[in-house]
Amino acid sequence: MSSETAAGARDAAPPRPRWQVLLIRPESMTFVLLVLGIFAGSLLSPFFLDISYILRSFTLYAEFAIVALVLTMVIIAGEIDLSPAANMALAACLFAWAQASGVPMPLAIGIGLAAGLVMGAINGFFVIALQLPSIIVTIGTLTLYRGLAQVIAGDKSIRVPEWFIGIDKQMVLGVPLPVLLFVLLAIALGIVLSSTVFGRQIYQIGTNEVAARHAGIRSARIKLLLFLFIGVVAAIAGMMTASRLGSVRYDLGLGGELQMVLMAMLGGTYIFGGRGTILGTFLAAWLLVIVSTGMIVANVLPAVQLVVLGGLLIVSIVATNFIYSRTQR
Amino acid sequence: MLAKSMLLGLAAGFALVTSAIAADPVKIVYIGKNTGNPYFDSITGGFEDACKALGCEFEFVAPATAEATSQIPFIEAQIQRGVNVIGIAPNSPDALNQVLDDARAKGILVLTVNGDLVGNESHRDATILPVDFTKTGPNQVELMGSMIDYKGEIAILSATTEAPDQNTWIAAMNDTLKNDAKYKDMKLVATVYGDDQPEKSTTEMEALLSNYPDLVGVIAPTTVGVAAAAQVVQSRGIADKVHVTGLGLPSEMRDFVKDGTVKAFQLWSPYNEGWLAAHFALGVLDGSIKNEVGNTFEVPNLGTITINDKNAMNTQAELTTFDASNIDDFNF
Repeated sequence: MSSETAAGARDAAPPRPRWQVLLIRPESMTFVLLVLGIFAGSLLSPFFLDISYILRSFTLYAEFAIVALVLTMVIIAGEIDLSPAANMALAACLFAWAQASGVPMPLAIGIGLAAGLVMGAINGFFVIALQLPSIIVTIGTLTLYRGLAQVIAGDKSIRVPEWFIGIDKQMVLGVPLPVLLFVLLAIALGIVLSSTVFGRQIYQIGTNEVAARHAGIRSARIKLLLFLFIGVVAAIAGMMTASRLGSVRYDLGLGGELQMVLMAMLGGTYIFGGRGTILGTFLAAWLLVIVSTGMIVANVLPAVQLVVLGGLLIVSIVATNFIYSRTQR
Repeated sequence: MLAKSMLLGLAAGFALVTSAIAADPVKIVYIGKNTGNPYFDSITGGFEDACKALGCEFEFVAPATAEATSQIPFIEAQIQRGVNVIGIAPNSPDALNQVLDDARAKGILVLTVNGDLVGNESHRDATILPVDFTKTGPNQVELMGSMIDYKGEIAILSATTEAPDQNTWIAAMNDTLKNDAKYKDMKLVATVYGDDQPEKSTTEMEALLSNYPDLVGVIAPTTVGVAAAAQVVQSRGIADKVHVTGLGLPSEMRDFVKDGTVKAFQLWSPYNEGWLAAHFALGVLDGSIKNEVGNTFEVPNLGTITINDKNAMNTQAELTTFDASNIDDFNF
């Protein structure tokens, strides 16, 4: 990326050969793991290598994957948001509760979206106005949002109308709609992050916020925008989950925040900000789906599945750190 | 090279799929609530023995946690594997509706075993339950009452808040306590959830004891919960003050019954559920059993089974009560 060439120029080192630059990017490692995963999956089970099954399986993770794309931008900007999964549940509960008590559907969807925006604004307020660490703030709000969802929905599930069910069964050119939405969002955010001024500013804030502010970048405004954006996207993801399951409960998306962080980390996003790409998260989401479904369809024990996923994460963190320390410092 | 081996893998996959359609034995899979839950070993034993006797293939799978949606990828995977029969102990009464519909659309026979989709029965073909579950709640209340002379504060330690059967039984317990004059001096003070995890169940049990010092009884209608509750009572040495009962496995509760921590508890034979489910599934697939309400069929060791309302079948009529006098007769 641009920062890399700038660093190279500063050190006055000879430019690396192009193949080397490509090979030692974290996304390349994600891509290699992805190919290995597909290969291992097809060895494990003869039922694995079926594109329609893999696409169908992706719909089970698509909601988290969509939020993970936005989370990648938040992490690159030097912050983190652990509340989106709880946000999904609360937004979905409010939406389902509203439509079940007779509010017309468009308005109920509006309520869900507005709730997501408010939740993002609350996170943004604590982090930006009160200058609190986002990891602490969002651990707090993740508990708060989940709790509120349980207050609203209780221990019962709320059904959504028959016609609203089944977004994952909507096919566009043979691709389930949630997967298509994920791909389109990845392309859009990838372009924004890699080739707009706004995207470059996000990297600069994450690399050195003080310097970025001195350079005239309105970091507070950009961060607030990111928190609002992830809030709304999480709310949309929550309603997509409601459509897939046909019912809403307070524990919808439970544990999803870890899956989202996992996707960003697997894709080579640097947890301390400043580095990472949408392409990496895009590939990592597929990697996670490939590895998970490959093991499930081979009836691998869940304990072994956890060990493999944990191992993958460790490998990717070590590799990402290694690659960044070799190429940047 | 890689592309070539992937193509080979693909071809091998297709070959296997087509041969599976041609002649393979019936493939049955049972999806439990979660792993590490010994209750399912017994059901699995029944399935395995029946498949050995009848010539079908059987496998047990389960997610790591008993969340509402954690079984969905497992069901998807079994559809993809092309199994003929999916038996499942559902973790949610309605979150599985869509994916179970998908399975049935592919021609898979879907049976809920040991738990049902209460209120969403149209999304499975039949259910196999050990006893008529409407009697479970009242039976448990009566057993508790007989231990505490029908008076005092009691509490319930359940599985997950979502567990459909437990919730049905708890509702029935509440009804029985409220409407039957015999139990007017028994007061239900709390219902807590241990999520079928030993640690959480233990914590919840300890919290009950601190929050309600006058508690005289705890009903835990789940095998994980009742063992955890008994363990807490045993280690605190308060068995003469707090009575524990519920639904438990004889193998796990034997020591507690022998040392007097637990006077009596109830259950049925989970083994027979697997046994019945496999016999029923094969009968439906080969056409010898019609899955229609009112039909009857014979199952070795169990006798005549009737398909009741909502395509439900029971392996036995009443709950079995286990106490010091009979616990050694049961080894599951």
